[in-house]
Amino acid sequence: MLLRRSESLDSKLQSSDITPQSAFERFQQQRRTLLTGAAALGIGAYALSRVPGLFVPSTTAHAQSLPSSSGKYTVPDTQTPFAKATNYNNFYEFGTDKSDPAKHANTLKTRPWTIQVTGMVKKPQTIDIETLLKYRPIESRVYRHRCVEAWSMVIPWDGYSLSEFLNLCEPLPSAKYVQFLSLVDKKQMPDLPYGYNWPYSEGLRLDEAMNPLALLTFGCYGQVLPNQNGAPIRIVSPWKYGFKNGKSIVRVHFTDKQPHTTWNDQSSEEYGFFSNVNPKVDHPRWSQARERRIDSSAFPKTIPTLMFNGYADQVASLYNGMDLKRYF
Amino acid sequence: MTKRTIILLKTIVHLLCLSPFVYLLRFYQSGALELNPDPVAYITHFTGDWAVWTLLTSLAITPLRRLSPRIGWLIRFRRLIGLYAFFYASLHLATYVFLFSGYDLPTVLAGIRSGHPGIAIDEWKKVWPSIWDDVRKRRFIQVGFLAWLILLSLAVTSPAFIMRAMGGKPWQRLHRLVYVAGICAIIHYWWLVKSGNRAPWKVTLVLTLLLLARIAYNAIRKLTPNKPTAKGTKIKAAIPESAVTQQN
Repeated sequence: MLLRRSESLDSKLQSSDITPQSAFERFQQQRRTLLTGAAALGIGAYALSRVPGLFVPSTTAHAQSLPSSSGKYTVPDTQTPFAKATNYNNFYEFGTDKSDPAKHANTLKTRPWTIQVTGMVKKPQTIDIETLLKYRPIESRVYRHRCVEAWSMVIPWDGYSLSEFLNLCEPLPSAKYVQFLSLVDKKQMPDLPYGYNWPYSEGLRLDEAMNPLALLTFGCYGQVLPNQNGAPIRIVSPWKYGFKNGKSIVRVHFTDKQPHTTWNDQSSEEYGFFSNVNPKVDHPRWSQARERRIDSSAFPKTIPTLMFNGYADQVASLYNGMDLKRYF
Repeated sequence: MTKRTIILLKTIVHLLCLSPFVYLLRFYQSGALELNPDPVAYITHFTGDWAVWTLLTSLAITPLRRLSPRIGWLIRFRRLIGLYAFFYASLHLATYVFLFSGYDLPTVLAGIRSGHPGIAIDEWKKVWPSIWDDVRKRRFIQVGFLAWLILLSLAVTSPAFIMRAMGGKPWQRLHRLVYVAGICAIIHYWWLVKSGNRAPWKVTLVLTLLLLARIAYNAIRKLTPNKPTAKGTKIKAAIPESAVTQQN
């Protein structure tokens, strides 16, 4: 039997083959640095992918259509895409970022829903939303929507003139103002921010509210209002800045004194009671002479803002003789 | 730390600092920006946020490295990250001037491509009065612009040869303005959000902690006078007494 004995390692390896300790350590350190760097890059890339804004539309699961006939109050401007109008909302009860309401308003329960009518009326009453939906035919109106933050949209709303509803409420002759109070419910609004005078309160002078342009709104884009847009019932007065339009209204109160309004309580020098769209009266922090018209492009055009948002023909007479700089 | 490691690390830091910018470019190229409800506001907030975050990161380096002598090498990244803060602040300002102001950038670019560069000037003449109006009237614009001016002066004086030309002390005094820039940036943020919106509280807390860390460090150093050097500095050989006395 022939056994071949292997040569010993000692005789094969020369001392020069041994990696010097310093080189070995250097290699190890570089390896560690590289791995750390790779890990950092990985974490960085992951973190970036979490940056909100990587547009994830959270449209309501079951869009319910709302039959309507087209109304006469329709502007020819290009409409804002539905996805933008329903993912960019100021509805602070569901969070202060404009992307919050679309994400969080799914907790809002819109049925059963009633509206209380209180204050200076013949008879205080509680009206069910279903009654109101059937009370008058639903009209589709395409309105300009100008936010006080100097951006604007063009939205097809569905509803009927607020005046129809106000007449149903039978206000007393002494009533001069109407106040709209929105829902506030910590259970349905877990992100309700502190430091605001909840519930959200807005109001109009009664003659403003009776103007046929003011719309009692149940839907938009031919469907029932998405929660983030103020379901199930809201106001749209297109010649005023957007915040004047109360969302998810639960109470309508008639009074002879100018009601307090939420943003005016918050910062009276920035948000007046009237808040008519007026290119000549700046917001303290920006000019109101221009607006970014939200459309489907990456770089939307900035266009001049029109007096009363372009509705001067219909509403300017409401403010005859009023100093609109003072009563902004 | 070897030179190669430093180069490797610097490359990584460059890539990390550039990644938000690359992300924004991709956001535009992929068409996602068009789907964003208010693209111009998105870019404005994106660049503003990253300007503040990179500025805070560069401000965090000094307090961090004082924690242990072993991470003294962090100082090599301070200027680099600070320059990125200037980069994002400049993008933020450019967004305001060339998009937010109403400057019609797409039309201008199309005009330049079709051989009408004059339109760039025409557009500028159109938006200039409102920009000037903003600078004159609105304090949040003023304080933000001041922060950018400070970062500009620090960026311009950041190369080593300018530092040598200026002399260490004056240079350091100028560069301490970075704290003012940080404070201005945070005030800019508070003044622009709606009242009742507390979104800026996180960055305010971080800046406050970073400033407090410096005050605490200086206070501790004053209380222990026999410690000749900063905690984070590693001394290889004691400085000879003569070397110190000769200079005075």
